[in-house]
Amino acid sequence: MERLFFDLFGAASVVAALGVVLARNTMYSVLWLIFCFFNLAGLFVLLDAEFLGIILILVYVGAVMVLFMFVVMMLEVDVASLREGFLRYLPLGGALALALLVEMVLAARAGLFAKHAEHLGREVNNTAEIGKLLYTKYLLGFEIAAVILLVALVGAIVLVIRARKDAKYQNIARQVRVRKEDRLQKVRLP
Amino acid sequence: MSGWQQLLAWIAEILAIAISVALSVAYITYFERRIIGWIQVRKGCNRVGPAGLLQPIADMIKLVFKETIIPAPAHKVLFVLAPIAALAPMMAAFAAVPFGETTFFGLWKAAHVMAIGNIHVGLLYVMAMSSLAVYGMLLAGWASNTKYAFLGTMRSTCQVISYEIAMGFALVPVMMLAGSLNLADIVHAQEGGFWHWYVIPLFPMFLVYFISGAAEAARIPFDLPEGEAELVAGYHVEYSGMWFASFSLAEYAAMILISLMTSILFLGGWDAPIPQLAFIPGTVWLLLKTSFFVFVFIWMRATFPRYRYDQLMRLGWKVFLPWTLVWIAVVGICIYAPGISRVMDFWLAWR
Repeated sequence: MERLFFDLFGAASVVAALGVVLARNTMYSVLWLIFCFFNLAGLFVLLDAEFLGIILILVYVGAVMVLFMFVVMMLEVDVASLREGFLRYLPLGGALALALLVEMVLAARAGLFAKHAEHLGREVNNTAEIGKLLYTKYLLGFEIAAVILLVALVGAIVLVIRARKDAKYQNIARQVRVRKEDRLQKVRLP
Repeated sequence: MSGWQQLLAWIAEILAIAISVALSVAYITYFERRIIGWIQVRKGCNRVGPAGLLQPIADMIKLVFKETIIPAPAHKVLFVLAPIAALAPMMAAFAAVPFGETTFFGLWKAAHVMAIGNIHVGLLYVMAMSSLAVYGMLLAGWASNTKYAFLGTMRSTCQVISYEIAMGFALVPVMMLAGSLNLADIVHAQEGGFWHWYVIPLFPMFLVYFISGAAEAARIPFDLPEGEAELVAGYHVEYSGMWFASFSLAEYAAMILISLMTSILFLGGWDAPIPQLAFIPGTVWLLLKTSFFVFVFIWMRATFPRYRYDQLMRLGWKVFLPWTLVWIAVVGICIYAPGISRVMDFWLAWR
């Protein structure tokens, strides 16, 4: 049963990854990528890493890919010009892919990946375990990553913000504080 | 249990929940019309069947037999896929929601949690599934290839993503107090009557969660994606018949899900408000609480005008997000501050 699902998710993620690269419409590429993430989440769950699987869907599919899709929808992507350089970039891209493949095969043959892993019991809560590791052993790295992300966030805002003088902003607190006397004036007409 | 029996049990569980959700959606539309009629001093639907009770069935038959029109410039595959993409994650989210605990009339020794999958990361799973609902809107708007649908999509995407953040952060204090992501554990952590419920220490988070939930389900004060006054019907202008109905089915399922989750996370789930009332089954309590929140959704629809878009964004980013961040800090400090930590122990499940 487990083997069946592994084959299913594995094959589907390979097909989806091919779809990302080969789809003619950028929108379809993004959809294939989402499908790929789903299958990877399935693989994580098969490995008893349900926390990682769910986080992959929650963060990447639920938020990051929505933004991707949003950008793709707004941009008018000219597919023809994108395909123009295909042959020119093929040797470099192909070499990279080949190098990765060789690396993976060598790593697998060297026994870096365990041949057989025991399933964890239901009492092992991998959310709690990841939390413990992250906040004790890897605390420094975790904090550094947090600071880098914060810097990137502030940097992105600083880069794109432009303070417009003519924009009208609403000051809600001031609007709420307004009383009748501020706006209403009694005039006696002759 | 053998493999086949297990499979049959799963199918029975899935059907039990999916059919009840679909039926509740049908009758929530009926009650919505009746309640809004009552609030606005008119009758509401009262023609089909006794007191109009067959109205949802009549509506359903009408929708099924309507022609599904696919516009010529639409992207056909995605156009058909979009309603499914809106509905499927909403129904899938119900898989991890526990509806109570039962010994099956004393047949089992220990009480079992009534959920299809009582998983460790139930809370995250429900959040992940409800965050996927935005794809239905996105695909519908893009695949329709029309201005109005596209504008509706842009609004809805921004809205849903913004409110999702506040919604997620509002749940962090719940996790901090319960010390678990399992929904059944979170309910157990609130056992023992009204004063133990998380609505007491986390009242602002309760408000943030429920209101963000209304924004996430695009219910009335936040229904800008539809905005019939300016966008005709928003992202689903081009849809008709059953495909259109799946969108409203998804919307109402989201409403039920938010109500269920609010009851489970903040109002003690299947726990009776005072221990003397515990003889009433837990599931009844959970459904009563849920119905109350569904009523509040309908009540809001009859009461409030629609938000303006910039005010909607302001509420999400400048009001709710700071509230949740401050409350996470407050709860965190209270758990460990000398003196106050004794008080917090009353709600804390893990110390």
